[in-house]
Amino acid sequence: MSNLFDLIVIGGGPGGYVAALRASQLGMNVALVEDAQLGGVCLNWGCIPTKALLRSAEVYQSLYKLKEYGLSAENPSFDLPSVVKRSRDIAARMGRGVAHLLKKAKVKTVEGRAQLAGRSGDVHTVSVLKGGQETTRLQAPHVILATGARARQLPGLETDGKLVWGAREAMTPDMLPKRLLVIGSGAIGVEFASFYRDMGCEVTIAEVADRILVAEDAEISMQARKAFEKRGIVIHTSAKVGSLQKGDDHVSTILETPKGTVELTVDRVICAVGITGNVENLGLEQTRAQVERGHIIVDEFCRTDEPGLYAIGDVAGAPWLAHKASHEGVLCVEKISGRSPEPLHPRNIPGCTYSHPQIASVGLTEEKAKEAGYRIKVGKFPFLANGKAVALGETEGMTKTIFDAETGELLGAHMIGAEVTEMIQGYVIVRTGELTEAELSETVFPHPTISETMHESVLAAFEGALHI
Amino acid sequence: MATDILMPALSPTMKTGTLARWLKKEGDKVLSGDLLAEIETDKATMEFEAVDEGILGRILVPEGTADIPVNTPIAILVEEGEAVPEAPASVPSGEKEGGGASADKASVAAAPTSSSKESKGSGTKEERIFISPLARRLAKEHGLDIASLKGTGPNGRILKRDIEAGLKAASGQKEESTSGESVAEQAGSIERVPHSTMRKVIARRLTESKTQVPHFYVSVDIELDALLALRSKLNASLVDEGVKISVNDMMIRAVALALKKRPGLNVQFTETEMLHFSDVDIAMAVSIPDGLITPIIRKADQKTLRQISAEARDLAIRARKGKLKPEEFQGGTFSISNMGMFGVKDFAAIINPPQAAILAIAAGEKRPVIRDGEVRAATMMTATLSVDHRAIDGALGAQWLNMLRDLVQNPYSLVI
Ligand SMILES: Cc1cc2nc3c(=O)[nH]c(=O)nc-3n(C[C@H](O)[C@H](O)[C@H](O)COP(=O)(O)OP(=O)(O)OC[C@H]3O[C@@H](n4cnc5c(N)ncnc54)[C@H](O)[C@@H]3O)c2cc1C
Repeated sequence: MSNLFDLIVIGGGPGGYVAALRASQLGMNVALVEDAQLGGVCLNWGCIPTKALLRSAEVYQSLYKLKEYGLSAENPSFDLPSVVKRSRDIAARMGRGVAHLLKKAKVKTVEGRAQLAGRSGDVHTVSVLKGGQETTRLQAPHVILATGARARQLPGLETDGKLVWGAREAMTPDMLPKRLLVIGSGAIGVEFASFYRDMGCEVTIAEVADRILVAEDAEISMQARKAFEKRGIVIHTSAKVGSLQKGDDHVSTILETPKGTVELTVDRVICAVGITGNVENLGLEQTRAQVERGHIIVDEFCRTDEPGLYAIGDVAGAPWLAHKASHEGVLCVEKISGRSPEPLHPRNIPGCTYSHPQIASVGLTEEKAKEAGYRIKVGKFPFLANGKAVALGETEGMTKTIFDAETGELLGAHMIGAEVTEMIQGYVIVRTGELTEAELSETVFPHPTISETMHESVLAAFEGALHI
Repeated sequence: MATDILMPALSPTMKTGTLARWLKKEGDKVLSGDLLAEIETDKATMEFEAVDEGILGRILVPEGTADIPVNTPIAILVEEGEAVPEAPASVPSGEKEGGGASADKASVAAAPTSSSKESKGSGTKEERIFISPLARRLAKEHGLDIASLKGTGPNGRILKRDIEAGLKAASGQKEESTSGESVAEQAGSIERVPHSTMRKVIARRLTESKTQVPHFYVSVDIELDALLALRSKLNASLVDEGVKISVNDMMIRAVALALKKRPGLNVQFTETEMLHFSDVDIAMAVSIPDGLITPIIRKADQKTLRQISAEARDLAIRARKGKLKPEEFQGGTFSISNMGMFGVKDFAAIINPPQAAILAIAAGEKRPVIRDGEVRAATMMTATLSVDHRAIDGALGAQWLNMLRDLVQNPYSLVI
């Protein structure tokens, strides 16, 4: 079999495998090189396994609320290895699904570590290594780098796999720490904090910014903080974590906070302080592609400065989200095939955090909208006034919308509460389709659903909500 | 009950029209089928017939108003004895609420094909403009005509950024025209003639064509003597019937046959696919007082010279009177532009999108030619083919043109 392809994709995560599938759909002969597991971080060590864990925690927690629903059960308990096994089984199953899809699409999958090995004319050569030995060489006029990213290591806070966990250890715990410190309150940190709290741990979050989930709207971030604190999570913001003093089976440290120093001893630490792209050992040095602060620089169609070389997903920079990676994969391939895809607009990419409560948003925060000079109208609607939320016993939550007062453009939407991650897409469609408050107001939302808060929030921004 | 009379869509592509003349006055009785007004569209002047009966209660749009979007109320029809309402009933609700501005003014000047209500109102298959609600609102706020905008969204959908670009372009133009004004004041001798609808359409379409369609050109010299001799014979034999075949008729027939034989030019390029037409519909450019129009001889390859001749004559006469029906000048798979009557030596024509080719025919003239090593006089004509290179490659264009030359130089196949 010839080793010349139309396209080589390096990395089989949600960026790479989706790019390969789309390319095959468009009639290209594609090779995909993956060093570890198909499905990448997302399926194996990110999105999916964490959602499986969070589901176990959610179901477990609901057992403590059975009385509210007129039910009862004796001595709710769990078996940690089974909880972890469920998560791993789900990840494995999804991974097999990807392998099947690629096979069906006749994508040639190659195991090993890929490295760019030069370009002659239009043709790139990619060398595939296993155990440091080259096993094969592939050639193609187009190469997409989808090598993903890994957790950033801060000096002094490096993960060690035993006492200081990264995401992988945190999602495959061999024991349940009684006391846990989570450093960093982005989506990943907050999800782990929420999981371990629901499983019964004493959880402390240390965040260096002045609020948690700093990318979210300040009001939502505040509500999230209150909700977490109500559940017993201790949160320190504007906090600096001192050096970690490791004992046999515990870690001590000192947090410097505006309210003074806090001495803390915990059994385990989870470090989730950001992401850095996998840009090393790719052979990028001999290309014109530019790397800046841990990610490859690309244009709106994911092209690097090297002809025929592209980068998508986490390795191409923020936001580090699976759906962003996949979407870039599709548009990059479509551009290669001569179509004219729409570039990705940062303001139209939703972000979700699957903690309890959930948080979801798209577009600008209130603060950012004002900074950008918009005259805005803001609408809010609490879940407490929504029939379905009350019926579900999920009254903690809010939907907030921000409009350009002059044009009716939806600048941003922010939600916190039950099922909001399933609902945010409604507002994403509004943004992508450039709908305005008029179409939103005209839309009939089904009753009773929590999605009615999405309607009421829009009404609230203009002529007033009806049910409050 | 009072009903609104709306600006009609007199052709599938019509987006706006000019109310050239009212044929009824306020207070006149109107019967179904009566002529109400003359409406000038991008290509022709058409008569607008009444559908319902009643009294023409109020004229909302004065004669000579240009750029009236389709479905804008232009008059109100009432029943006998009924009070005449001030404003049309079908003003989009947003405007009614606006309150302040006089309602009938709003319905004329504003309302650039606004809201879904209007599109629902018309039963015709008018060309739908794809535009996001946000873009539509911005356009309306800034009084921008969306029909003149090019959308950059999926399938050419007009988005917010296109409005922003349009506004930028418009403000650029304004600056230019103000600087132009000062020149005018100094010179004191510039007459300003507002563009007719047709002029605007010609400007827009040709700019689109020349900037977006990669043209290439191929020319050949064609000897006409055989064709001219055949024409004389044919016309002599048809003199009793009053038929007179022109060189143009014969060229239409020759082009049609050439397209039948080599259909590679009878195509259109779209973003996703190539359209190959089985019918050969030849559009011929006819100049008319305010511009030009391209009436179409349909299935020209299946028609005899006599049929083509009669049809071409009829179309040209009615074209000059502005009396063509839309289907008579819209569509077409290939165009011919003949400037032979102006004595030009050669010229290249701009493709008429979405067609992929146009043939420019210059004047036949006596030129010295070398035949069998000897110089002699022959009637020569230069024909230049302009081709959309996205659809048709150079070799094909050249081969086709050679075939056309052979057909014209051996013209008997035109009559059998
Ligand atoms: C704990 C956690 C939870 C997350 N939760 C979510 C979530 O809920 N929603 C969400 O949208 N995002 C989530 N993310 C982020 C998401 O996982 C990433 O954005 C996504 O995986 C990026 O996809 P990618 O294709 O760019 O890279 P990756 O998924 O990282 O895939 C890259 C692949 O390339 C392979 N590779 C790297 N270098 C080479 C090489 N030289 N040769 C061959 N193969 C190579 C790697 O083995 C890997 O399989 C989460 C991340 C983590 C860590």
